[in-house]
Amino acid sequence: MPLEVLVVEDSRGDIRLTQEAFRDVNPFIHLEVAHDGVEAMAFLRRQGAHLHAPRPDLILLDLNLPKMDGRQVLALIKDDDTLKTIPTVILTSSEAEADVLKSYQLQANCYLSKPMHFDAFHALVKCINDFWLTKVRLPQNDRGDESKPGAHAGRERAGNTSRGTKSGGIRRSDESDRRKRNAH
Amino acid sequence: MKVIGGSGMPIEVLLVEDNPGDVRLTQEAFLDANPSVHLHIASDGVEAMAFLRGEGSHSNDPRPDLVLLDLNLPKMDGREVLAQIKKDDRLKTIPTVILTTSDAEGDIAKSYQLQANCYLTKPVQLSSFEALVKSINDFWLTKAKLPQSPKG
Repeated sequence: MPLEVLVVEDSRGDIRLTQEAFRDVNPFIHLEVAHDGVEAMAFLRRQGAHLHAPRPDLILLDLNLPKMDGRQVLALIKDDDTLKTIPTVILTSSEAEADVLKSYQLQANCYLSKPMHFDAFHALVKCINDFWLTKVRLPQNDRGDESKPGAHAGRERAGNTSRGTKSGGIRRSDESDRRKRNAH
Repeated sequence: MKVIGGSGMPIEVLLVEDNPGDVRLTQEAFLDANPSVHLHIASDGVEAMAFLRGEGSHSNDPRPDLVLLDLNLPKMDGREVLAQIKKDDRLKTIPTVILTTSDAEGDIAKSYQLQANCYLTKPVQLSSFEALVKSINDFWLTKAKLPQSPKG
């Protein structure tokens, strides 16, 4: 099942670069775009033209946006019990300490500043993919869309049971691990 | 001004973990991944909160730039520690990463509800664990902008 990422960004150039970078690093990402804060909230709340919008697995949120700014969008997301569990990553050109602090106060999941150069931006998108969409365990996403086939199936990796809590931790000298490492 | 990485300034990380084996492995993995990380250990939830609030023997301890928090802990469990951090206006801005063996959907959902910054499951294999510590370092301590902490 593809991962849904909502990009909230008003710069057409940055949207294009983000789309191209994600296409390179992970073709299974479904990128949706909202061009201002009002559209982002309509998308997340499935209002108006966004009635059948998927629930995103991850939000990339610019701070400086028309109509409703990113800080306000972030505050609304984190104040809403159904939306607050969606990891929301601030991705902005601002490096101002006040913006960083304010974003963490509003419970942004993390803060990244957009590099100016294309190569560095591409590397950052790769890093977002490698960390947030690969390593991190995201909350189960039922997509909330009853009309979609398989809507109840949830994500492929969902439905695991706990591996137990204190099962002796990481196996330090595990034979199969050593064999695997030697094989590479 | 505190600049993370590159300036030679130590990066303070609080690891809240009761399993001595996992503590040791995390220390070794950070030593490999980034020698400027100062890893502080709290072995239960009560000690973690005392460290964060600078109480008792922790009055001279630094404010961490990042917290790595296990969920299942003695005295006060990780969910309660997380709830207290995110309810405290002074502490809530510290990125708090859940690092646990539990991959139960209920634990994941609950952690994000309590505003954990992210949730990672500890891999059982050593090499995967080392790779995870490296990616925590690469993402949180290299790429992410962390809030400037008001240190003494």
